[in-house]
Amino acid sequence: MFDRRLLTHFDWALLLVVLVIAALGVLNLVGVTASWSSSALPYYLKQIAWLGVGLIIVLIICSVDYRRLEHMAFPLYGITLLLLVLVLAVGHTSMGATRWLNLGFIKLQPSELAKVVIIITMACYFTRHDQPLPFSLRELAIPALLLALPTALIMKQPDLGTAMIVLAIGGTMALFAGIGTRTLLFLAATGLAGAGGGWFLLHDYQKQRILTFLNPEGDPLGAGYHIIQSKIAVGSGGFFGKGFMKGSQSQLSFLPERHTDFAFSVFAEEWGFWGCLVLLALFLLIVLWGLRSGRHAADRFGTFLAVGVTAMLFWHIVINLGMVIGLLPVVGVPLPLFSYGGTSMITTMIGVGMLLNVSMRRFKF
Amino acid sequence: MSLNSGWTGNPLLKKRFVVLALCATGFFLLLVLRLWYLQIIRADHYRNLAERNRTRYIPIVAPRGGIYDRNGQLLADNRPAFDISVLRQEVDDPEALLNRLSVLLELDVEVLKERWQAGLRGPRFRPVPLARDVERPVLERVMENTVDLPGVLAEVRPVRSFPLGPLAPHLIGYLGEVTEEELRSQSFAHYQPGDFIGKSGLERGLESWLAGQDGERRVEVDVLGKTLRILRTQEPVSGHRVYLTLRADVQEAAQQAFGDRAGAAVVMDVRTGEILAMVSKPDFDPAQFARGLTSKEWQALQNDSRHPLQNKSLRGQYPPGSVFKIVTALAALKAGVATADTRVYCTGASKLGNHTFRCWKWEGHGVTDLKKALKESCDVWFYEVAQQLGIERLAATAREFGLGEELGFLLGGERKGLIPDRQWKRARFNAPWYHGETVIAAIGQGYVLTTPLQLASMMAAVANGGTVYRPQIVRRIENVEGRVVRSFQPQILQRHPVAPAHLKAVHEALWAVVNEPGGTAWQQRLPDLPYAGKTGTAQVARMGAVRRRESEIPYHLRDHALFTAFAPVGNPEIAVAVVVEHGSHGSSAAAPIARAIIARYFKLEQDRVPTPRTALPAPATAAGPPDGTDEVPGAEPPAAAEAAAPFTSTSE
Repeated sequence: MFDRRLLTHFDWALLLVVLVIAALGVLNLVGVTASWSSSALPYYLKQIAWLGVGLIIVLIICSVDYRRLEHMAFPLYGITLLLLVLVLAVGHTSMGATRWLNLGFIKLQPSELAKVVIIITMACYFTRHDQPLPFSLRELAIPALLLALPTALIMKQPDLGTAMIVLAIGGTMALFAGIGTRTLLFLAATGLAGAGGGWFLLHDYQKQRILTFLNPEGDPLGAGYHIIQSKIAVGSGGFFGKGFMKGSQSQLSFLPERHTDFAFSVFAEEWGFWGCLVLLALFLLIVLWGLRSGRHAADRFGTFLAVGVTAMLFWHIVINLGMVIGLLPVVGVPLPLFSYGGTSMITTMIGVGMLLNVSMRRFKF
Repeated sequence: MSLNSGWTGNPLLKKRFVVLALCATGFFLLLVLRLWYLQIIRADHYRNLAERNRTRYIPIVAPRGGIYDRNGQLLADNRPAFDISVLRQEVDDPEALLNRLSVLLELDVEVLKERWQAGLRGPRFRPVPLARDVERPVLERVMENTVDLPGVLAEVRPVRSFPLGPLAPHLIGYLGEVTEEELRSQSFAHYQPGDFIGKSGLERGLESWLAGQDGERRVEVDVLGKTLRILRTQEPVSGHRVYLTLRADVQEAAQQAFGDRAGAAVVMDVRTGEILAMVSKPDFDPAQFARGLTSKEWQALQNDSRHPLQNKSLRGQYPPGSVFKIVTALAALKAGVATADTRVYCTGASKLGNHTFRCWKWEGHGVTDLKKALKESCDVWFYEVAQQLGIERLAATAREFGLGEELGFLLGGERKGLIPDRQWKRARFNAPWYHGETVIAAIGQGYVLTTPLQLASMMAAVANGGTVYRPQIVRRIENVEGRVVRSFQPQILQRHPVAPAHLKAVHEALWAVVNEPGGTAWQQRLPDLPYAGKTGTAQVARMGAVRRRESEIPYHLRDHALFTAFAPVGNPEIAVAVVVEHGSHGSSAAAPIARAIIARYFKLEQDRVPTPRTALPAPATAAGPPDGTDEVPGAEPPAAAEAAAPFTSTSE
């Protein structure tokens, strides 16, 4: 059954870039947590363990032809919706948000699953609705609904960051499928109007975050603290950086969540502008490589799958970095492969696995 | 790409991919531009901010809960202590700073360097403590000079104080910095390096109750480490209050009565098992621990041959000597091998096979019954009775009185003592049990070992008619608001009721020990309060046949002196056990201590403490472990003399 061509066509370059970024992340984590006295396993070892789990997932995903996913798309979609509803009904609440389903042995976060499943579902939909002309407003109704359901459920948790990511993934895929200029303009206009109206639907803390983003100095000790401290960390790094484990901002514990969402500001402080350039180049390489996999995919489903996964990685990177360097409000989106955390690592590696899968089966046989 | 037979030849699709790639690159360029702005153009500005705008988290140590005696007298409180610490990141020239501080603190610069080095191993944002609990003038001197002492700060920390002085230091225990090893264990998961935790006694056993919850202050500081403003304060929550069963006045009397002699005493309520006093001597001053011990002081405490850090009430194992005769008497009565009227003619020795077992009184006691045997502590009566009783029945009764086993003291750390029997000897020495050993065991020598706690508990059971309670030390625990969160009830470990007639006979005999002329403790009677007791002398080393004067025997070879008592006789309330290490005679060394305790408990006027007859020799001569009582007398007669009081020679 096993085709040797699969191995010869395996995309080693992509995997290598992924591993290099993850290694930088672990190195960064070593520096951040060095002064933390903890009785438990050090964070960087846990992160390496999660990376190991991620690689196994990549292996499993690569061993099954991605085309089988097409038939599973809608059942998966249904299950995900069900889980999202369940979360709201019986989910585990932590820090004011209900995001987890406690299965006893593990805490499942269905909103993470939703990111992957929306890629598969949209890819499936657009594969089956192939048309030469751009999609019109009416033709977009069904994909819009497919997208709106999970997004609304995730918003309700509330998890603005993930909802935005899911929306961005779906939007990117729809754009790629082709939307007419006039339709696009109309959508943009309603989008703006909706944003104005949506303001009133936001939770207070979400409004606060946006207000704080617009004027962080207004609340330097509360909600603005993250942004100010992060900008100081990044800015004070200068061109050459302060050196590994020498960042005063990060080592003196001014930076909150510096091992998870704000890991990049530690890196920027200690490695400076040139270090950031290298890291950004690596991330851009992944994005462009992902697009290349889509471009050379064997079929339309593969292309959409690759575009969706790339969109997911891309938006995570852009939103996280934008947040850390003060371009976007703080929404709690981790930097893929770089931030500490098992959930993010697993979701990212599922995406990487799908990209590799599409890439290694780019020849029809 | 020419190889690709895929569907992507579509030019429209090609165009879309190009657009996507361009868009992505565009976004990344935007990020790079922003980084350029922050890290190149505004770098100096942010560097400045990073230097100037520093926030710091200052932990506020929670006061530990107070420890009170049964009447609400505060035994362990908190007082503020000022530590002089240095923030590592503020110091450019540690050498110069330490030199300057050594003058201000009046401390050797080498000591400061040592502490500085030790602090460097800790987390870098944590201030390095250089001088703990400094005096006020020193504090003021340092604080006046903070302007040219960058990074130096004074921290306030609650430390233990002891309003009534060093009462029951072993029981209360002391604190110490949490070790790295402890930090790795699950029970100290939420502790930080540098935190103080209970290291012994109640401080350790009730750590989770006493500790409280530390608070935290977030402050903004300038480059010099001066606080600019407080951003947020989370107040600490102080620990729970612990009310003990102890009675401070009784404890104090017991400690005073010991003087500078070594040993242990336990006072127990015979109706509940509550411990009213627990003494172990020599002891230590817990206030010294609160101040912080120098390594020299610590070494001195650790290496002291008289073991001041050990709680001898729980961990000292002594042969009970003649005190054990109470058990032998009750066992013999229960087995029916003797009655109160069983008479033995004591010639001063008893023969068993080839061996001669001597009574402590060479000239003999003459006709002796149970009462006289206990009152004058005649060995021969017990030699004769023990031969019929046998070791198994003797051991069984001893166990019924809680000997030879742990009693389940709340704080643990108990030794089991030893009640030998055939099975034990087979397992331990792979040898059969000899009759001679039964005879020796009957007078509490040989293999028999007991702890002072066990002796008090045994005496309590003798007083109350056979009920062994779990020794209770904590009555209740209250939270800061004064709500009782846990209360402890008396707990019966075992109950083996003694037949009333047997109890009466033994109580009468023990009464006679103290209250009749000729009793071994007659000198220590309290005319206003008849109490019952039993003296004991535990042999440390065999002296051979030659009698020597006590002062000629080296301190560490002198016998241990014991005394157990209960009071009052008719309606017993308390039981007392006293062991004076190398005190030579139960009647003269241990009984006065018990007497002082009883007098204080019943608030009698004449609780004057008799001056100890045996003065302690210089510590230099006191070599070897004080509880080196393992020597087995074998079949030789115990040469221990007992009760040298003049009354012992007067017959009834």
